[in-house]
Amino acid sequence: MNIVVCIKQVPDTNEVKLDPKTGTLIRDGVPSIINPDDKAGLEAALVLKDKFDAKVTVLTMGPPQADKALREALAMGADEAILLTDRKFAGADTWATSMTLASAIRKLDYDLIIAGRQAIDGDTAQVGPQIAEKLGLPQVSYVKELDRDGEHLFITREFEDRAHKIKVKMPCLITTLAELNAPRYMSVEGIMDAYREKEIVTWTRDDIEIDEEALGLKGSPTRVKKSFTKAVKAPGKKYDVDAAQAAQIILDNLKEKYII
Amino acid sequence: MNFDLSKEHLMLQEMYRKFTENEVKPLAEEIDEEERFPVETVEKLARYGFLGIPFPKEYGGAGADNLAYAMAVEELSKACGTTGVIVSAHTSLCAAPIYEWGTEEQKQQYLVPLAKGEKLGAFGLTEPNAGTDAAGQQTRAVLEGDHYVLNGSKIFITNASNADVFIIMAMTDKAQGTRGISAFIVEREFPGFSVGKKEKKMGIRGSATCELIMEDCIVPKENLLGKEGQGFKIAMKTLDGGRIGIASQALGLAQGSLDETVKYVKERKQFGRSIAKFQNTQFQLADMDTRTEAARLLVYKAARAKDAKVPYSKEAAMAKLFAAEAAMEVTTKAVQLHGGYGYTREYGVERMMRDAKITEIYEGTSEVQRMVISASLLK
Repeated sequence: MNIVVCIKQVPDTNEVKLDPKTGTLIRDGVPSIINPDDKAGLEAALVLKDKFDAKVTVLTMGPPQADKALREALAMGADEAILLTDRKFAGADTWATSMTLASAIRKLDYDLIIAGRQAIDGDTAQVGPQIAEKLGLPQVSYVKELDRDGEHLFITREFEDRAHKIKVKMPCLITTLAELNAPRYMSVEGIMDAYREKEIVTWTRDDIEIDEEALGLKGSPTRVKKSFTKAVKAPGKKYDVDAAQAAQIILDNLKEKYII
Repeated sequence: MNFDLSKEHLMLQEMYRKFTENEVKPLAEEIDEEERFPVETVEKLARYGFLGIPFPKEYGGAGADNLAYAMAVEELSKACGTTGVIVSAHTSLCAAPIYEWGTEEQKQQYLVPLAKGEKLGAFGLTEPNAGTDAAGQQTRAVLEGDHYVLNGSKIFITNASNADVFIIMAMTDKAQGTRGISAFIVEREFPGFSVGKKEKKMGIRGSATCELIMEDCIVPKENLLGKEGQGFKIAMKTLDGGRIGIASQALGLAQGSLDETVKYVKERKQFGRSIAKFQNTQFQLADMDTRTEAARLLVYKAARAKDAKVPYSKEAAMAKLFAAEAAMEVTTKAVQLHGGYGYTREYGVERMMRDAKITEIYEGTSEVQRMVISASLLK
């Protein structure tokens, strides 16, 4: 079984500084970590490896410093690591990122692709599903529980107020929630191997087949107008009422907030 | 000359810190209070490779070095001196002499499971009448056919309650003095071997320090470590390495108590402002930090010397002497800066102060370290 895990190195904080001109991240001076949802994805892959003897390849697109995130993944137990890095990839939105990652994944053998639900520095939750679309694969997002039987995965897909139990045939792509598991620590031996025995494979623009126009800022249709920290959403309120009463409640609430 | 840590050492440090924060710190107060050996922590230490850090992979180790090992004991001890010494005694005093003096068969049989953390190790040299004067061993070993028969007792043995493998020193030829001492690898299950009473201690109270009793204890001939008569040399060399571990424990205690103090003085308000604003506090912190950093340099230097396979006996003695005294001084100041709260069990610094004291005593007292250091000057 071949598993490809897409990870992203993110600043270890929700207080992300942005370049006011381009709307992209300023990474300098902020400690970096593997994005928590992605780390859960990596742990899920390693659990499958422990059970079924899988090969786990981690893949990231990022600046050369993202090497450290890949070493950490190797130190946790991943078998191979690929860093997609090129100045031409810079400034990519989720569309260009997923195009680039999908192009890289086409070169690999895979039964399962795992991506974290969303990154704490962008919160889009788009890259994983877009990769699946571009590779023409079935996808299950928001995975909270995961098991495998033969060529099928058995998944609990989490929603705010309910869950789906899904059976999906591999090859497929899943996106994982941090709540899926508690990722293992790196081991001492794993860290030594990550630096002394294993190698990070670096792929640049020339190593993947992709249209020049699809890369980086140029290939990014998204224009960020403004970034802000998401306010905490209060839990919703449920009413078990008929339509007329429901309309009245909505009306009252909107009036109360001076919306109408 | 380079004081920078390599990328792998930095990543190890990051991992040690995360592990300590999540797995060690939450238990530190409880195991001290209950004088309980943290079996669950030892299992996790084994899983992540803490119990075989400086040994090659072919012997079940993590394939790292003595600096990586010293840093592990330091980070664990920042939160819990007990956890630090469990790793130190296991690694330096039991696994290391088998690695350095053992035959290939002994390494396969004992070092591999020790380094993997499947078995826990301990070391028995001290006796009721042979402490600093280690040459006064009264435990005897007599060769009878294919086995030795050991009789005697050992005291103050770290990890004894839970250890599976012990390195035991015993006299094989009393007339030869120190050259009549031999080292043995003794399994807990060997007939005639038993673990006696557990000491009630001032500090490192989660660490089980017990007596060992050997009554006609049968030890197979092939469990002699090194040659007959090499025991004293093996013990002294082993303690040289052990001192790096204890120095690291002391360093961790100093740093841990300093970290707690920095947090506390920023929060604690007296006379309308945080006590961090007072110059006395600032000067105390500056001294604590400087002592701790100086200890760190000595500890890392000694570990580096051992890694470079150059003589490091004096470096290890200096590191242990200085780090132990720094730990005592820094933890005492930490309690003082915490005031009345520091004297209670609520803040942890009094535990660190109690833990620190033993680092001036075990694996060679500070006086012994001074003897080792001055002997190298006066030879």
